[in-house]
Amino acid sequence: MQGYRRYIPLLIVVAIFALFLKMLGGDRNPKEIKSVLLDKPVPVFSLPALYEGKPSLTEADLKTGKPILVNFFASWCVPCRAEHDNLMRLAHDQGVPIIGIAYKDEPQRSIGFLEELGNPFVATVKDRDGRTAIDWGVTGVPETFLIDGDGILRYRHWGPIVGDSLEKRLLPQLKELQ
Amino acid sequence: MRAFLIVLMFVFAVPVFGVAVDEKPLADPAKEAMARALMKEIRCLVCQNQSIEDSNADLAKDLRLLVRERVALGDTPENVRAYLVDRYGDWVLLEPPVNQMTLLLWASPFLFLALVLFAVFTSRKKEVAHPLSAAEKRQLKQLMKNGDEA
Repeated sequence: MQGYRRYIPLLIVVAIFALFLKMLGGDRNPKEIKSVLLDKPVPVFSLPALYEGKPSLTEADLKTGKPILVNFFASWCVPCRAEHDNLMRLAHDQGVPIIGIAYKDEPQRSIGFLEELGNPFVATVKDRDGRTAIDWGVTGVPETFLIDGDGILRYRHWGPIVGDSLEKRLLPQLKELQ
Repeated sequence: MRAFLIVLMFVFAVPVFGVAVDEKPLADPAKEAMARALMKEIRCLVCQNQSIEDSNADLAKDLRLLVRERVALGDTPENVRAYLVDRYGDWVLLEPPVNQMTLLLWASPFLFLALVLFAVFTSRKKEVAHPLSAAEKRQLKQLMKNGDEA
């Protein structure tokens, strides 16, 4: 052990520490799985409306020429409650159209949920067996997808939009498309 | 002893109930076996380190249903895997496929082995052969002579 060679173990340890520090820092969530649908067209689907008499929704309806958000929610989902204020704000203050998809929920309960907390959605449909959610690669509610004017999926927000994730994550992505 | 036996019964009972008893198996035993084998390979996306066969999560149950459905429709295991990978990415497979992204991962045991072998062979010091001095030669001779006498 002479010369520079004696520093090799130290260098390895420092490199490992730097890697750990990097993985700890930032707002990386180790449970989050990167969506494979990014920059791809929205999966084909057709879902009936939550409210009777309203039209059903297909992937073609998401091609509006403007960015649009799709939010998977459920009345039984507690984090959905937590992010609801932010959805209301997005819809009313920012004027972003949001589509709500009720995931594996009793329609009456979904309606009750929206009556209680307010309805931020321009259209609400129901995915009772959760198959559309699987097609979208949803692992749990809430999840929110940002779709551009051509119906291409641009961003997936995993988990509730709470804390600074509206300002720091979702809004910058939205601004980029607008 | 009795209590111990009861505990033992529970221990061995659990794996039986761990398998999806709440769902209807496929009528065709060959297809059911194929579906079961697939379920062991598919990662539960909620609990993440369990297969969907082991998991009680709601999504795992839905995915089991889906696997059975695809198999019943005549999908091969490759088709079913591709179906899920299209939606959830390679992560959904408990055993990652070998591709450009995972090459380093698969090669890492061999890389480490090579590294260790390299370290072992380069760190072994070469024995330096010193010729014996005149005094040492005499001592050696003395020792050997003593050995013969003993």
